[in-house]
Amino acid sequence: MADGNRNILSVQDLNIGYDSKAVAKHISFELEAGSLCGVVGINGIGKSTLLRTLGGFQPKLSGKVVLHQQILENHTSSSLSKKLSVVLTEQPASKNLTVQELIALGRQPYTNWLGSLSSNDKEKIQESLDAFLLEELRHRKCHELSDGQLQRVLVARAMAQDTPLILLDEPTTHLDLYHKVQILKMLQELAHNKQKTILFTTHEIDLAIQLCDRILILDGKNNPFGNPCELIEQKHFDHLFPSEMVQFDAKTGTYKVNK
Amino acid sequence: MENPRSYRFSFVLLALALLLSCLLNISSGSVSIPFADVISSLLGKNAQLATWDYIIWDYRMPKAFTSILVGGGLSLSGLLMQTLFRNPLAGPFVLGISSGASLGAALLLMGTSMLAGFTSFSFIGDVSLAIAASIGSFLVLAVVMIVAQRVKDTMALLIIGLMFGSITSAIVSILAYFSSAESLQRFIFWSFGSVGNLSTDQLLLLAAIVVIGILLSIVSIKSLNAFLLGENYARSLGVSLKKSRLTIIIATGLLAGGITAFAGPIAFVGLAVPHLTRQIFDTMEHKILIPAVMLYGGILMLLCDTLAQLPNSASVLPINAITSLVGAPVVIWLLVRKRKMMF
Repeated sequence: MADGNRNILSVQDLNIGYDSKAVAKHISFELEAGSLCGVVGINGIGKSTLLRTLGGFQPKLSGKVVLHQQILENHTSSSLSKKLSVVLTEQPASKNLTVQELIALGRQPYTNWLGSLSSNDKEKIQESLDAFLLEELRHRKCHELSDGQLQRVLVARAMAQDTPLILLDEPTTHLDLYHKVQILKMLQELAHNKQKTILFTTHEIDLAIQLCDRILILDGKNNPFGNPCELIEQKHFDHLFPSEMVQFDAKTGTYKVNK
Repeated sequence: MENPRSYRFSFVLLALALLLSCLLNISSGSVSIPFADVISSLLGKNAQLATWDYIIWDYRMPKAFTSILVGGGLSLSGLLMQTLFRNPLAGPFVLGISSGASLGAALLLMGTSMLAGFTSFSFIGDVSLAIAASIGSFLVLAVVMIVAQRVKDTMALLIIGLMFGSITSAIVSILAYFSSAESLQRFIFWSFGSVGNLSTDQLLLLAAIVVIGILLSIVSIKSLNAFLLGENYARSLGVSLKKSRLTIIIATGLLAGGITAFAGPIAFVGLAVPHLTRQIFDTMEHKILIPAVMLYGGILMLLCDTLAQLPNSASVLPINAITSLVGAPVVIWLLVRKRKMMF
């Protein structure tokens, strides 16, 4: 395979926002198969807007998004559903679904008009259940789950959808440190073992630096993109937040509160 | 994912219950007919009296059949609305869909007589009544849908539904004030609800409407299941939002509107039956829920009609009152027992 073909997602000079009011401008990056990428930046800088644009939920203002060698807008909705899956911040509308039912919905792009599951579908569902340690919870209702468990279920559903690209909007919010790390580790394994390209927004910059292969920093100007070490060396994290409050410590890869 | 086999037993039980309530419904009525004669008449042998055969085949059988269509259809429309509006309290009555149908019927029955007082009612055919009521329910459904797009708050949606009910009843009152006693009476009898007075043609038309509603629902099974995750997730699963929303709305409007046209506004069946069904069928899979709510609704309607038909007396209570008396406590019981209603 030619080098360029390993790119699952390529974004060129993308401007995003609502009704010609740009939220973020000049975003460019490329993601290969099997890479885990975090999107960081302060509140309101356009992380969620970027994800919604890439997911096809809202139109871009200008620029170019190529998904799987095809312009994003040229994908039909059924082809798109086999290329990218999402984990949104919104809760599932019905929490009366069981874990297994919810994950099984991820197979919809592949099932017939009645949604009957083939043996292959069932295998994929089982794989997702196993990968996210949900076997014992499979018959539980979603309203009986903790936040961490529900988040795992939603990610498992995206995995069952079996798309080369998975987009997640703040998958770690509302979770304690242990469960934050757990989710991100699982995403890392999913990316590396199954060659999925995973893009997620997060506020956990220190965890992203430790776990991600690539990081996109939305800073309202240049929006630097690269691997975490390079970005640290180029001091891109230093000006992410107003420096009178917090200071980036390049040695540990964390932010320290100014005393 | 859950094996449909595990619900087979429940389905067999429900089907038996439907058969039994059907027999019960047919064997009760103003004329007392011995059960043995009911059975032999149903089996094609003659009952002791020829009039009994006539009563059973020409009156009670169509009535039972209508009950099943009405109960099943209303319950299905309730299920569709609860999923579409992501709201456990949605139903044809609560969201004002039945009020819309009432308004359509009222405008036809009383409004036309106001405009042209001298014309007789004969030109108001069954079809025009069905069309008027369906248009009324579609209009309200469309407005509710537009509001639901803007107002994400589910409580607001219900209040809007209630307001529609108020507006409709106000317009109906105004119409009633100016209309003739004859047409007012006709409207009031319609609003009591009835499953008994349908001619064969009306029954066939109702059956056709319900069948179309069922077919549209079956086509929508996959998108209904996806809607359980919310619209954005449904979209990411390849569901065409506009198309499937429209299909579901048409199915709901046809079912609720068509049924209300012929049987009058019947309360609570559409809201309560889906919740009752989920007590037995602990699944959200619409492939299972659709036939289950229809069986359940049919049974409930047959039983309500049996109650309405006071045994051995010529008087029939308004079916609308009975379904409210049965349905409202059910909703209260569900709320108290489960604290929170889910869908």
